[in-house]
Amino acid sequence: MPGVYVYKRFERFWHWSQAALVLSLMATGGEVHGLWHLLGWGRAAQIHSLLAYALLILWAFAIFWHFTTGEWRQYVPTLHRLTSVARFYAVGIFRGEHHPYHKTVGAKLNPLQRLAYLFLKLVINPLLIVSGVLYLYINEAAVRDLGLSLEVVALIHTAAAFLMAAFVIAHVYLTTTGHSVFAHIRAMITGWEDLDHPAPAGSTDTPRPPDRPAPAE
Amino acid sequence: MRALHRTIAAGLLVLAALVPMAAVHAAGQPASTADHSRFEALKGPFASGPEVTEACLTCHNEAAHQVMKSVHWTWDFLNERTGERLGKTRTMNSFCGSPLSNEPRCTSCHAGYGWVDKNFDFSRQDNVDCIVCHDTTGTYKKIAHGAGHPVYEPTEFPAGSGRMMTPPDLARVAQSVGATSRATCGACHFSGGGGDGVKHGDLDSSLKAPPRRVDVHMAPDGANMACSDCHTFNAHIPSGSRYTTTARDTHGKDLPHDDFNRATCESCHGDRPHAAAGHAKLDDHTDRVACQTCHIPEFARGGVATKTLWDWSTAGRRDADGKPVFIRDDHGHLSYSAEKGDFEHGENVRPHYAWFNGVMNQTTLIDRIDDSALLILNRFAGGPDDPGARIWPFKEMRGKQPYDPVNKTLVVNHVWGPPEDRTAFWNGFDYDTSIRVGMDYAGLPYSGTYGFIETRMYWPITHMVAPKENALACEECHARDGRLAGLPGFYMPGRDRAPLLDLAGFALVGLVGAGVAGHALLRFLSRLLRRRS
Repeated sequence: MPGVYVYKRFERFWHWSQAALVLSLMATGGEVHGLWHLLGWGRAAQIHSLLAYALLILWAFAIFWHFTTGEWRQYVPTLHRLTSVARFYAVGIFRGEHHPYHKTVGAKLNPLQRLAYLFLKLVINPLLIVSGVLYLYINEAAVRDLGLSLEVVALIHTAAAFLMAAFVIAHVYLTTTGHSVFAHIRAMITGWEDLDHPAPAGSTDTPRPPDRPAPAE
Repeated sequence: MRALHRTIAAGLLVLAALVPMAAVHAAGQPASTADHSRFEALKGPFASGPEVTEACLTCHNEAAHQVMKSVHWTWDFLNERTGERLGKTRTMNSFCGSPLSNEPRCTSCHAGYGWVDKNFDFSRQDNVDCIVCHDTTGTYKKIAHGAGHPVYEPTEFPAGSGRMMTPPDLARVAQSVGATSRATCGACHFSGGGGDGVKHGDLDSSLKAPPRRVDVHMAPDGANMACSDCHTFNAHIPSGSRYTTTARDTHGKDLPHDDFNRATCESCHGDRPHAAAGHAKLDDHTDRVACQTCHIPEFARGGVATKTLWDWSTAGRRDADGKPVFIRDDHGHLSYSAEKGDFEHGENVRPHYAWFNGVMNQTTLIDRIDDSALLILNRFAGGPDDPGARIWPFKEMRGKQPYDPVNKTLVVNHVWGPPEDRTAFWNGFDYDTSIRVGMDYAGLPYSGTYGFIETRMYWPITHMVAPKENALACEECHARDGRLAGLPGFYMPGRDRAPLLDLAGFALVGLVGAGVAGHALLRFLSRLLRRRS
């Protein structure tokens, strides 16, 4: 079966370095929150801050990439076929049905993924970034003038971290729901994915293609 | 950027100011422009301390007037923050009690001569003792009950011990005078409460020449600083007071012609000292945590134990022969003294931590006390919402001491007297008599009934600063059960959490986890079923 080059080099680099950073941030953040003892509190806090800077830099590049390539359109939410995708994960997947969404390079996210990643990018990540930066600079005059209490900032950061943890669990699990358990993960490593599997009858239509040219290689 | 330049400039200035000082200490030579051994007035011989003072004053004609205004002389202090009139004859502590009626035994640490009773003349210049602070020979020693005088002829002390005190060569002492030193200040301040290290916990004889790990500032191989390098004296008036602590110095580094008070860490180190060493986050603590809290991990670290409990209520026990009982513990410390009661001692003691804004309310001899609960002798103010307060380390002193349960006051206990004075507690061991005599002497009412009240006292810890590598690690406090576990009212990462938020968070993570696990199981089972059919 011929594969399709779905995940470009930067995308894969962004994805995996982000994964490593997020997992390390959860490990060190958990220690800062007093959940476990791995590095010692001081070192955990220090490394947590350094990782946060690294993630911010990575995100700056990723945002730039998304806008210059037009890849941001992948996340434009749609209701089209949302119910059938949801029905697939709730019922069809147990019956051995094929995924009702036909992935293309131009529209590689199904409507549920679009919603989930949009929530991640518009709610969870900004909450973490904003509360995290305020947390880091809570004692600087510019932040102090906002009159925020450390407690409120810390608790918002903690709440967002729990959301991120829940997202990561669901996300990692859903990678196993491809036509083989490791198909999605392999695709995210190599960039190549087999999109040619037969679609069930009547489900070959894809969401309205985003108003964009095919992504440049 | 300008602030940075200012900071560097200030740092250089402070360094420049310290260099000649260090040079003096290193060479062991006073950089004085006068050689006192060549002054006619100091040739001697001197029959007494006051004669030496008279000789000093022939040149230093303002010195005695200056000393007379200092708390070292007056033992009288008006706390302008609380309006309390304080001083050793008024402020009560959980150690010896009151100097009143016990003067000769207490005033050996008064910067003067002859305060034997309440008729002492505070206006006589030759009563001022110059050499107790300015001796450089180390031979000028006072006898414990001499009211400030050294011995003038060989004297057995303690009586019956067979040990003789030799009189100092006053002419030699006078000709060798120089700057004050750890030894001269320590002669009294290391022995507060009646013995080495007893009272403060961060001041004891180990600071005469401490190893660096005990005190970076005073160590001969460290900064080798003298007390007065921080406790700057201006016209004989010392700076840095335990009655009015500067709990948070917002003034920062002190420059020449500044406020002439270097008795805070910030005076030399500034209020953001960590960034230059690459630890900027630590500077976020300096507004809320006293430097001492992290940099003095334990006190009494020099091998000298400090008293942590003094229970007067058990004093007076005598053995079958009627002799007073004294018991020493395995470390050689008195654990029981018939004169003073039960003791506990501690070395390498972890401090007690509390918010403190520098305002302390002392209990004085005339204050009405509440005896329904534990009596805190020095109540201090401050909390997380008080911008002037920081978290400070304290030595907590536990006491149990005599009081008048009818009049609800603490009492003067006449403990010391010459051997023939049987009313003194240490001679007659009778509280009823010794308190009656003490209160009568002080001119205060006494109901005739005495009891014992449990007390606590909190001594701010500020000396024995450890090398930076021994400062507290973050996790000493940023932990669920860390050193600050008992301080409520503020959020500290690593210690605090919102239990409901954590519950909700873990519930969410748990539900998602259980959801995917269930989903995976169903996928697996359904696939098995489909394969079979």
